[in-house]
Amino acid sequence: MGQSDLILQYFLSGITKGSIYAVVAIGFNLIYSATGILNFAQGEFVMLGGMLAVSLALILPLPVAVAGAVVFVALLGGLLELVFFRRLRGHSILHLVIITIGLSILIQEAALHVWDEKVRSLPYFTGNEISSIRLFGAAVSPQVLWVLGTVAIIVVFLHIFLKYTLRGRAMRACSSNPEAALLAGINIANMRTLSFMLSAGLGALAGCVISPITLTHYEMGSGLAIKGFSAAILGGLGNPMAAVLGGLLVGVLEAFSVSVLPAAYTDVTAFAILLLVLFVRPHGLLGRPAGESVREF
Amino acid sequence: MRRTFPIALGLCVAVAAVSFQAVAADAKPIRIGALFSITGPASFLGAPEEKTVRMLADKINAEGGVLGRKVEVIIKDTQGSPEKAVSFARQLIEEERVLAIIGPSTTGETMQIKGLCEENEMILVSCAAAEAITNPVARYVFKTPQKDSQAVTWIYNTMKDLGISKIAVVTSNDGFGNQGKLQLEALAPEHGIQIVVNEVYDKQATDLTDIMTKVKSAAGVQAVVNWSIVPAQSIVAKNMKQIGLNVPLFQSHGFGNPKYVEQAGVAAEGTLFVAGRLLVVDELPDDHPQKALLATYKKDYETRYNEPVSTFGGHAYDAFTVVLEGIRQAGTTDRAKVRDAIENLKGFAGTAGIFNFSPEDHTGLSLDAFTMQTVKDGKFRLYSK
Repeated sequence: MGQSDLILQYFLSGITKGSIYAVVAIGFNLIYSATGILNFAQGEFVMLGGMLAVSLALILPLPVAVAGAVVFVALLGGLLELVFFRRLRGHSILHLVIITIGLSILIQEAALHVWDEKVRSLPYFTGNEISSIRLFGAAVSPQVLWVLGTVAIIVVFLHIFLKYTLRGRAMRACSSNPEAALLAGINIANMRTLSFMLSAGLGALAGCVISPITLTHYEMGSGLAIKGFSAAILGGLGNPMAAVLGGLLVGVLEAFSVSVLPAAYTDVTAFAILLLVLFVRPHGLLGRPAGESVREF
Repeated sequence: MRRTFPIALGLCVAVAAVSFQAVAADAKPIRIGALFSITGPASFLGAPEEKTVRMLADKINAEGGVLGRKVEVIIKDTQGSPEKAVSFARQLIEEERVLAIIGPSTTGETMQIKGLCEENEMILVSCAAAEAITNPVARYVFKTPQKDSQAVTWIYNTMKDLGISKIAVVTSNDGFGNQGKLQLEALAPEHGIQIVVNEVYDKQATDLTDIMTKVKSAAGVQAVVNWSIVPAQSIVAKNMKQIGLNVPLFQSHGFGNPKYVEQAGVAAEGTLFVAGRLLVVDELPDDHPQKALLATYKKDYETRYNEPVSTFGGHAYDAFTVVLEGIRQAGTTDRAKVRDAIENLKGFAGTAGIFNFSPEDHTGLSLDAFTMQTVKDGKFRLYSK
C-alpha cells in the first residue's frame, strides 16, 4: 500500500466515523436552536430509531420499516416535549438539561425491557458486510455513502425548511426573540414541540442508516451522544452545516491520530483539539457569538 | 354434638400431622446466591447466565431437589458494576445467609469480592475467565470458564501449524480485553510469535477501519488477533474485509455467541476462535463424555427461551452444577464440607469441559477443554487444518 493510498484510507476511515458523529450532531442543533436545551437524550432517539427499524424490518420492506421508525420516534419526541418540557418551562435551562439526562436513562432501560441486551442491525442498504467501493488504493463501505447522502439530504431539507417555509421561519423567530414571535402570533410552545419531533425523527433516521456499520444495541445512545455533542460544539451549536463539519472533523482527527499514536489515545487527541478550538473560538468553528447563533442559519 | 367432637378433634390432629409431615419433607430449601450482570454493559454474559440458572433450578426442583431439599436461588443483578457486586455479596452473606454464591459474570466484579468471600468462608464459583481469580488460589474461590492463557496457547499453537509468526493484536479497553492482552504478550516469546502491531480500542467503538489500516500498513502481518467481548468483534471482521486486509482473523472465547456471527454476516466466514464444545455439539462423537449433557442443555435452553445457546450461559450451568454436586458428595449443607467436596471433584463433566479440581487448581480444566473452531456458512464448526 503506497503512502498516498494509506493517507486516503485513513481519511476515508475518518469520514466513516465522522459521518456517524455528524448525523447525530445535527439533532442536537435543532432542539438547541429552538429551545436552548441541550438534549442529552438525542443518542437515545438514534438508538430507538435503529431498534424499531430492525424490529419492523422483520415484517416490512426496509424503506417502510425505516419510515415507520422515524415517524414513531418523532411522535415520541413530541410526546416527551408535551409531557415534560412544556410543563416545566418555568424552570431554568439547566433543570431541563438534567431532565434530558434522566430521560436518556429512562429510555435506555425501557429499551432493555422492550427488546433485550442483544446486538442487532439492519442489513446493509447496498451490498453486504464485505463489499466496498474502491477509490484508488483505498476502500470504503457503500453504507458510508448512504450515511453521507442522508446527512446531505437532511442539511438541504433543514435549510429549505428553516429559511423558506412559514413554519420554519416561525421556528427561527421563536429562538431569536420569543417575545416578538409571541406578539406576531406564533404559538411558541407548539414550535418547541415541533422542534423535538423533528430532532427525534432525524435522530431515528440517523440510527437507521448507521445501524449496519455500528450495529444497534440498547446502550449505544450515550456513547454516540457524547461524540455527537462534541461534534456539534466543535462546529458551532445551532447550525446544521456546522454540525456536519464538526462531525467529519472529529472523525478525521481520530483516524489520523491512530496513524501516528497508539489507538488508545484517539479520544485524547480528539478532545484536546476540541478544547484548543474552544479556547480560540468559544462558539465553535462556524458558530456566531452567543445569542444569535443557530437561529440565523 | 358430643359425638362429633372427638371426630372433629381426630380430624384436626390428622390434618395437623399431615401438614407437619409435608413441612418436614420439604424442610428448608437450600439457598444459593447468584450475582449476574443481567443488565448493563456485560448483559450478554449475565442474561444467558441468569436464564440458565433459573431453568436448571426449576428442573432440579421438579426432580425432587438435592438431598431431598428444594433449591432456592437468590439472583441479584449487579449491572456489571463491581461496587454493586460487593454490596450484593455482603447482602447474600450476611442477610440471606446462602450456602454458596455463583457468579459474578465479569472478572472485575469477581476480583472485588474474592477477598470478601475468602474472609467470610463463603464458597464462590465465578463465571468469569481471568487467571487472577484462581491464581493465587483462595480456599473458597473457584471458577468454571477456561483460562485465558489456555485460549492464547491454542491460538498460538494453531498459528504455528499455519506458519504464522508475525501478528497484530487488537484488544478492547475493558477487563476482558486487558487480561487477554497481558496473556497474549506474555506467551508470545515462548511460541516464537512476534507482535508487530498492538492496539487498544474503546469498548464503545463504532468503526475500526483506522486501526485495521494501521495493521495493513505494517510490514508482514500474517494474522490479526482480536480480544474483546463487545460488538467490536463483529465490526473488526467487517472492517478487515472491507479494506481488503486478507489475513486470518483469530478471536478469543468471547466470540462464542452466535449473535456476533449473525451480525458480521459473510464477513465472519473463516474467523478462527477458541471455545468449548457447546457450540459444536452436533459434531461430537456419541461417546464423548460431554455430548449428552451439552445436547440436553442446548435443547432445553433453546426450547424454553427461543434463542440460541451461548457458552456464557454454560459457565453458569457449570458453576451451579458444581455447587450442587459438591453438596451431593458432601451429603450435608455444612459449608466447609461442601467446599472440600468441590475441591476434590474429579472427572465431573460440565459444558466447558471435564472438571478435575484440586487444592492447587480451582479452575479444574485442562487445555483440551478448548477446541479451535471456525465459522462456515454462518455456523460454528470444529476447525481442522
